[in-house]
Amino acid sequence: MTALLVLLGGAVGAPARYLTDLYVREWTGSDYPWGTMVVNAVGSLVLGLLAGAAAGGVLPGWVLTLAGTGFCGALTTFSTFSYETVRLAENGRWRSAVLNVVGSLAIGTIAVSLGWAAGSGL
Amino acid sequence: MLREHRDLIAPIAAGGALGSLARWGLAVALPHDSHTWPWATFLVNASGCLLLGLLMAFILGPWSGIPFWGRYLRPFLGVGVLGGYTTFSTYALETYALSGHAPALAMLYLIVSVLAGVGAAWLGLATGRVVVLRGTDP
Repeated sequence: MTALLVLLGGAVGAPARYLTDLYVREWTGSDYPWGTMVVNAVGSLVLGLLAGAAAGGVLPGWVLTLAGTGFCGALTTFSTFSYETVRLAENGRWRSAVLNVVGSLAIGTIAVSLGWAAGSGL
Repeated sequence: MLREHRDLIAPIAAGGALGSLARWGLAVALPHDSHTWPWATFLVNASGCLLLGLLMAFILGPWSGIPFWGRYLRPFLGVGVLGGYTTFSTYALETYALSGHAPALAMLYLIVSVLAGVGAAWLGLATGRVVVLRGTDP
């Protein structure tokens, strides 16, 4: 049952990441990986919210599995984030590569803590 | 814009489902509490980065011209399986949870994960390129 929830969440999260990346790419018109940063920030915020609510007993465990482990886990990505950082560095864009790492970590950890604060206050 | 990518949604969804399942499987196999090093996520992310680097050397190289596979391999394996397998949100949540119990360990986890991930992606890409070059030698 748990496996099925993870499977379903992952099947929705991965295409959501792809489509978000497409739209952000078109909207910014830039080859800087803004799309990955956006999905990672949004996914961290939502997972923080869900985990905070679940810790407070407001959210059933199966919702956290479906929307947290499945959807948010697949919506966010560490492999693309790392690969894009390597590509920026390879192209000599060292400042962009460092900015991508520092920016993603800062935004991701702030997002998750804001989400947790909001979720545990529910 | 969506129209030209519509056929990619199904392979991405299928890959994302498989990758997420593998990530969850490893999390079940390697449980941790909120004040110890999250080995499952760490290993998932490092191995996923290595595999994506390796994969991209082939996808951008010899596999790009293969009909059918050339179009669907990256969405299925790269965006789907490896994108769904690795995770940023759980990594961020674990760092946050650790920071309440062991701030130094949280900082270490935050930094070492990135170094491992970026290093692994680079290593995979470099290794893949060497293999690709060898393969094209007469």
